[in-house]
Amino acid sequence: MNKLSAVSDWILFAGFSIAVLSMPVWLAPFGADYPDLMQRFAIFGLFAIGFNILFGLTGYLSFGHAAFLGIGSYAAVWSFKLLTMNVLPAIMLSVVVAGVFAFAVGYISLRRSGIYFSILTLAFAQMSYNLAYSVLTPITNGETGLQLTLSDARVIDGIAGIEVTRTLPFTNLFGLKMSGMPGFYFCAVVLIIGFFISIRIFRSPFGTMLKGIKSNQTRMAYTGLNTRPYLLWAFIISGMYAGLAGALMAVTDPLAGAERMQWTASGEVVLMTILGGVGTLVGPFLGAAFIKYFENIFSAYNSTNLNQVFDFLPDGIQAVAVDVAGLFVGSGWHLTLGLLFMVTVIFLPGGIMEGVRRLGLLVTGKSKKNKAPAAGSSSTANEHS
Amino acid sequence: MENTVLHVADVHKSFAGLHALSDIDLSVREGETHAIIGPNGAGKSTLLNVCIGRLRPDSGHVIFDGENLTGKQPHEINQLGVVRVFQTPEIFPELSLLENVMIPILAKRDGAFKLRWFKRFSSEKGVQAQAEEVLTDLGLGTLIGSEAGSLSRGDKRRLELAMGLAQKPRLLLLDEPTAGMARHDTNATIELLKKIKAGGMTKVIIEHDMHVVFSLADRITVLAGGRIICQGTPEEVKADPRVKEAYLGEEQV
Repeated sequence: MNKLSAVSDWILFAGFSIAVLSMPVWLAPFGADYPDLMQRFAIFGLFAIGFNILFGLTGYLSFGHAAFLGIGSYAAVWSFKLLTMNVLPAIMLSVVVAGVFAFAVGYISLRRSGIYFSILTLAFAQMSYNLAYSVLTPITNGETGLQLTLSDARVIDGIAGIEVTRTLPFTNLFGLKMSGMPGFYFCAVVLIIGFFISIRIFRSPFGTMLKGIKSNQTRMAYTGLNTRPYLLWAFIISGMYAGLAGALMAVTDPLAGAERMQWTASGEVVLMTILGGVGTLVGPFLGAAFIKYFENIFSAYNSTNLNQVFDFLPDGIQAVAVDVAGLFVGSGWHLTLGLLFMVTVIFLPGGIMEGVRRLGLLVTGKSKKNKAPAAGSSSTANEHS
Repeated sequence: MENTVLHVADVHKSFAGLHALSDIDLSVREGETHAIIGPNGAGKSTLLNVCIGRLRPDSGHVIFDGENLTGKQPHEINQLGVVRVFQTPEIFPELSLLENVMIPILAKRDGAFKLRWFKRFSSEKGVQAQAEEVLTDLGLGTLIGSEAGSLSRGDKRRLELAMGLAQKPRLLLLDEPTAGMARHDTNATIELLKKIKAGGMTKVIIEHDMHVVFSLADRITVLAGGRIICQGTPEEVKADPRVKEAYLGEEQV
């Protein structure tokens, strides 16, 4: 039984890796095969996968994870400014800085649970956002956002003898430019590594303890387990994932702004995780890709497009139809997202993954029914995939 | 005199002026089964909660094997070898029976915290075998893969007992282990507890059911109104007029 589940994890991992790396091929029919969008799939997928380690396994709902995303971005841009345009030091620095910050926020917020924990994390994130806008301007460059300049030090690049160009330098991986398709593949590889670590955590004793905390935290304490460090590590790890995602944003586009830390960004990752399927391995990535894909489609529409769409209608009705539909597209796309989210939560509380499971049952339903009496009850161990 | 394992020394506890426990002095000897009985509201559960660190006494101490338990965290008390089985089953409903029992075994082996995120949980063959053994002993062997939340109430209580026994505790505190059970299940539980008793584990049982108490206990402490009114062997307690007045009288008319 155990060997089998180890094998099925490897199959899942291989399938995920292939699907992610071949996105440029199979996303083409959907018109989503351009690097900028696929980078976003990978980055937000990573963000949601990390968020799910905290929310999915322990049930602690953080409403401030965007703060770690923002901090990761700032740390990465500072690495580009001060050290080198190579992306590896930047992402390492981001993960460390986000981890340290997550330790501080988690140490305080985890003194409470439930809604109070959520509010504490939200408060920390908003505090970071406002600080980044005002007091911390020397570090964050305030409203303008942190950008590269020609006068940046870039100490390591200087030592390595990389020539100073007249234009702004590019982020690179040992000379390979990290924009466009190479940038996507870099993000994809980082996502796959992040996914692998997430599988290991889900299947480890540590992950099982986290599931125990979600299931019955009181019992954990009376079983001799100190739940605080378990929760704190889950918080730090998911904060590091967020920092990594923030670093990848800076890798593909080397600037960092405070708006990345705003509460709407924190809320978005919650939506992604729930939409995809809380506590599942691939769900959060699917949720992230789903939201980013539809955001891309719906927010691109404007009244000209809509007029074309409703061209077949008589003039008066066409105007009304365009006005109504206009509420749901462009900057009003969040209305569509809200509706989609409501429909999902009401009809598929387990998110996209539950939909997939139900479809699977429909397809294999007949064969399962025949096998059920023979299989007995011992093989029903709960597998989360 | 045999060794005292648990010593409750002069414990007081009051809630908003109500004296839930006063002058409680109690010694539990190594290897014995000590029953705490008393009418509703006598303070039995409060006493148990004080012993496991859920409540802090206003004054007095709880000493377990030379260590003062007062003010210790619940997980620290468990790590010393004091395990409590609750009245309403406290299990992990979303996890499998096997996981439910493996977690306490790992907690005992690895301590209160250990960050092992890369190893596979299912590769813990030794722990798994141990858990399977305990589950089989308690008649749950055929259900190890099922979700704990799907069990019947009686099986849930048995599972919780399995979780406690899996840690091989030095002191097992049982809160009404047969409450709400049918007579058949009650007898099965008594047999089971007798078996554990034969193994020499020290136990404290809070119980309502006199049948259970007199089948199992070596010594009995009777609480009423937050005070100990009588302490002794089952025969002594049966014969004590104060006990009859406070407790037995109302049940054995």
